[in-house]
Amino acid sequence: MAERTQKNKQSPDRDKTEAVEDAPATSQAGEKLKAELDDLLDEIDEVLETNAEEFVKSYVQKGGQ
Amino acid sequence: MAIAKVCGIETEYGILPRGTDPNPITASSLLINAYLSGALGRRISDIGWDFLGEQPGNDARGFVPDDVFAPEVEVHLVNAVLTNGARYYVDHAHPEISIPEVTHALDAVLWDRAAEEIVRSSMQQARRLLGGDAELVIYKNNSDGKGNSYGCHENYLMDRSTPFARIVHQITPHFVTRQIFCGSGKVGCEIPGRNDAEVPFQLSQRADFFEEEVGLETTLKRPIINTRDEPHCDPEKYRRLHVIVGDANMSEVATYLKVGTTAILLAMIEDDALGDEWRLAHPVQAIRTISHDPTLRAQVPMASGITMSALEIQWALLERAQKYEQSHGLAAVDEEVGHNVLARWEATLTGLEADPMSLAHQIDWVAKLRVVTGLAERHGLAKGDARLKAIDLQYHDLRPEKCLADRVGLERLVDPDDVISAMTTPPTTTRAYFRGRCLEKYPDEIVAANWDSLVFDIGRDPLRRVPMMEPLRGTAEHVASVIDQSATATELLDRLGR
Repeated sequence: MAERTQKNKQSPDRDKTEAVEDAPATSQAGEKLKAELDDLLDEIDEVLETNAEEFVKSYVQKGGQ
Repeated sequence: MAIAKVCGIETEYGILPRGTDPNPITASSLLINAYLSGALGRRISDIGWDFLGEQPGNDARGFVPDDVFAPEVEVHLVNAVLTNGARYYVDHAHPEISIPEVTHALDAVLWDRAAEEIVRSSMQQARRLLGGDAELVIYKNNSDGKGNSYGCHENYLMDRSTPFARIVHQITPHFVTRQIFCGSGKVGCEIPGRNDAEVPFQLSQRADFFEEEVGLETTLKRPIINTRDEPHCDPEKYRRLHVIVGDANMSEVATYLKVGTTAILLAMIEDDALGDEWRLAHPVQAIRTISHDPTLRAQVPMASGITMSALEIQWALLERAQKYEQSHGLAAVDEEVGHNVLARWEATLTGLEADPMSLAHQIDWVAKLRVVTGLAERHGLAKGDARLKAIDLQYHDLRPEKCLADRVGLERLVDPDDVISAMTTPPTTTRAYFRGRCLEKYPDEIVAANWDSLVFDIGRDPLRRVPMMEPLRGTAEHVASVIDQSATATELLDRLGR
């Protein structure tokens, strides 16, 4: 546990730098991330198996190793 | 000094026949034969696997408990050796590929990805053979969500003189906690009596299936440490640690960290540089507790009486590994790759600690959770909805038009062209080179192959067996020129003095 505390202490600079750089851009970056996720979900919605219930039910495997 | 951590990955794939014979054994055989005859289109499909020397029932603890079932070797099923040195076969109603022996984590990623592409190519060939809408759909996962699991195993070469009890005690904390970065994620829970409302999402595909700390079994009462003692090389000098506790990864970074961190810690155990401090009070409970908590805050009891989180245990292991690099170097795992693994390991723990979502392009469970949560919110899906489970399964679907893992922007570590090349060419740094090159050049004169030998029929009795008991002999450096100069197997054997 002591080692862990030390680990945190070793990297305060990095945390500070990130906080400073992120502050003005947070909302913009957040918007970008959300738009990116929306695009991804759109794409995934298009390829998802259409009858989820039946697909999940049909996926039965024999146990292996 | 720790010996070179020659290693490999053995993946059993899920198989779903659609519009054709539903028998998974028939389907798996068809899949592999389709690849051998179609994609390769050559005589290699006639070369048999040589079962001499296979002893999956041997126990590393030096005894065979009489209440366990040793795995059976299924000789009647399709079993092929490929020119990249891999084995492609039917195991327990699943298609399985064991990659060729490699010497570091980056090569393990390369040949694991090559195996995935071999399976993708097999699916295409099978579709062509079956005709119509029929197809064999392959999933690179480890569970059907209904209590049936199949494995993705790793193996690592170890010095026989390292006490097995030390390996058990010292690597278990890693096997229990490494899932925070190499878990592939799962919707729901498969422990009898627990439901999906209690555990809507967990880190690992496999954690629900481990019931023992140590044992020989791989299909029932699975142990965190598997004691199968089948070195496939000189048993006086080596053991081959058979690891059954991992998930199959879609993310290259996850595979890299899984193999890279484990290889470093095993080298440290050989050099007695890891220590016993992080022994868990209850490893089996702990592996589940940690898997069931995507917040990564769960504390598990240690043998010493304190409690720690998986992240805290991982930080402690990393710190000890960083010291080991300073004191011993990382030659056993390849200096450059080992150094890079340590840097990745640290960056990953830092990311997991700050916000796991920051690793959505590196870590499978995070990538999957992001999609599951996003679609649940978008469509108002409740816990236990079949659509959430469908997303989980489809993350691992290897059809390019369906695979979700292909769409989530996972970081790549290996060049796609190198992956294509690794489908047919072996690693140059292990005996897999000799195996692969000989199969490519002399397919008509090889009657059987396995991990530690090749059997040649050069038309004069008797058959000639070339043993390969040293995993680091038969490399390109040793035999490339001999193979290049030998037009026939007869010439090759003459040059080798056989």
